[in-house]
Amino acid sequence: MDRFAFDVAHFLAGILVLVSLLLLYQDRLSALINVFAFQALVLALSVSWQAYVQGAPHLYLTAAIALVVKAIGIPLALHRMIRRLGVHREVETALNIGSTMLAGLALVALSIVVVLRVTAAEGILAREDLAFALSVVLLGLLMMVTRRNAVSQVIGFMSLENGLILAATGAKGMPFVVEISVAFSVLVAFIVIGIFLFRIRERFDTVDLHALDEVREGQR
Amino acid sequence: VIAAIDAQAAWLITNAVTLILTIPAVTAVVLLLLPAYRLSARLNAASAGLTLLASLLLLLHKPEPGAYLLVDDLNIVFIILNSFVGFTTSLFSASYIDHELEIGRLSQTNLRFYHAMYQVLLFAMGLALLANNIGLMWVAIELATLTTVLMVGLYRTHEALEAAWKYFILGSVGIALALFGTILVYMAARPVVGEGPAGMIWTVLMRHGAALDPPLLNLAFVFLLLGYGTKVGLAPLHAWLPDAHAEGPTPISAVLSGLLLNVALHAVLRFKLLLAANPGAIAPGPLMATMGLVSLIFAGFMLYRRRDIKRLFAYSSIEHMGIIAFAFGMGGPLANFAGLLHMTMHSLTKSGIFFTVGHIAQAKGTQRLVDLRGLTVTHPLLGWGLIVGVAAIAGMPPLGIFMSEFLVVSSTFAREPLLAIPLVTGLLIAFGALMLRLHDVAFGEPEGSTEPVKASHLPMVMHFALVLTAGLYLPPPLVAWFQHVAGQLH
Repeated sequence: MDRFAFDVAHFLAGILVLVSLLLLYQDRLSALINVFAFQALVLALSVSWQAYVQGAPHLYLTAAIALVVKAIGIPLALHRMIRRLGVHREVETALNIGSTMLAGLALVALSIVVVLRVTAAEGILAREDLAFALSVVLLGLLMMVTRRNAVSQVIGFMSLENGLILAATGAKGMPFVVEISVAFSVLVAFIVIGIFLFRIRERFDTVDLHALDEVREGQR
Repeated sequence: VIAAIDAQAAWLITNAVTLILTIPAVTAVVLLLLPAYRLSARLNAASAGLTLLASLLLLLHKPEPGAYLLVDDLNIVFIILNSFVGFTTSLFSASYIDHELEIGRLSQTNLRFYHAMYQVLLFAMGLALLANNIGLMWVAIELATLTTVLMVGLYRTHEALEAAWKYFILGSVGIALALFGTILVYMAARPVVGEGPAGMIWTVLMRHGAALDPPLLNLAFVFLLLGYGTKVGLAPLHAWLPDAHAEGPTPISAVLSGLLLNVALHAVLRFKLLLAANPGAIAPGPLMATMGLVSLIFAGFMLYRRRDIKRLFAYSSIEHMGIIAFAFGMGGPLANFAGLLHMTMHSLTKSGIFFTVGHIAQAKGTQRLVDLRGLTVTHPLLGWGLIVGVAAIAGMPPLGIFMSEFLVVSSTFAREPLLAIPLVTGLLIAFGALMLRLHDVAFGEPEGSTEPVKASHLPMVMHFALVLTAGLYLPPPLVAWFQHVAGQLH
């Protein structure tokens, strides 16, 4: 792989990690959704770059899914939803933002240390890609743990999934990448529909059943 | 004529694997289109019965592993157990839903969806067990998770939706972690077996097991154990399990406890085998044994504070999955044998208990333990059924679980006497809790409705009879078969 191809791939993966950290300190839901859309856009670019460099045309499909579903479709749906639910202002956090950021930095450091140590046999790009991917995964997990709001939890899950797609496309020649990205899209679609239908505001504590009854009435 | 029958039999035998997957898949589509619910319930049971027959055919002939599907000594045990409990649960489900429909907890549309999902679930579990490809296995387990999420939320009550949501989020996180582990396994295999699909095929991975990159494999196993361990319900990743069991329809609780936990365990066992084949990798056993012990003791204590009967048995499932993970973590022919036997006995007993509990909850109109007292007086058959079930699950002789627990304990004493102390402590704690609860529920002052309930007792009796028989007498061919599988597990 030539130097330029490496630099671009590295640059895009680095941006993904940075955006993951950005997600951690958003305190408004609409801003959070926009930042996530940006992350999905970067992921789409990164995957198409891998498709180009590896000469693997099927990865373009994964890139297209990332672009259409995660950068455009889901953010639009979520924007609509938070307007309907009237929760666009607050992002409730279980841990304050300063500590969350510190924990996030620690996780990035941890994943770099762990991955670089265990992958000594791999090529340099695969190693660093994997380190970045693991950082994105762990940051997504951190976000799911520290946010109370269902919408921000879903965004945490989706950014975790972005890390997985990054890892899968970085592993050269891995089969099933397209199938897996489709499977994840289905999963995420289910989650989003679930929130919407059942008006799930908080993670486990509030399911507004009254609203559900209204949905049922509407169907009849 | 005989030649024609022979040819047909031969065709059936060679295509058993295809049948195991196509029967549920086709039935799912039919059930989705079929509005008559009584017919659906029958078709559901018939199709599950056919799947059971097809999976028994695997005993006659083991097809060669292909690029996607694999039948070996290990997964045959899981597949047959799976289709057997799948079949008996469909029988129970038919009488269970009758009552639910009568009291208006479920509508006809709901039921159509429910039956179709039941078959999709059987398909997904079959695929996960038969997959010869770690990517395909992952997709199948995801599908199984999604279907069960939908079924847990079927009643649409506040609690049911909450339980489904919790299960969904935690299950998705587990599945995401497992995928990361899967990618790492592929990366570890790539330098050895080359790029492309070969790096995800079990049989290829196992053949080159010794040559894979050990550090990457170690990291992969941690993710896989956490990811699939969430689905097994091992503490501290078990939080979804009690809610999902308590709030969904009872046939689903039976399938979750009896089958889906095993399917996830099967995935963990496969990866354990892969690590064991590599001399440079960490020993996966101690990690599993530790998680198993923690689950056992934690669940043992949690059993004391339960107020809901389905939650009680959900925690008991965590306890038993802990024992099974511990046994497989210990490894060696005897402990593996005990683990396999315990898994089989637990599946049979726990689903049998859920069959009983399902009808009890219907008869009394509640799942709260305090409102269920004196069952032996108000509903003698169900009450005594529950007593047999709880005695079995608590590990009383002469029932099957006593024997498998005895084997787990004795093999631990022989190899690591110190580990036997927490193990026995955990077993005793759980035993005490179950006996305490059972006493009130079975013999307490009679409470609530005494109306008889329309119930099919056949599946319950079948399961408990099997568990009792296994405790008294294990047929030698079965023992030889399990010993053979246990020997291959390391």
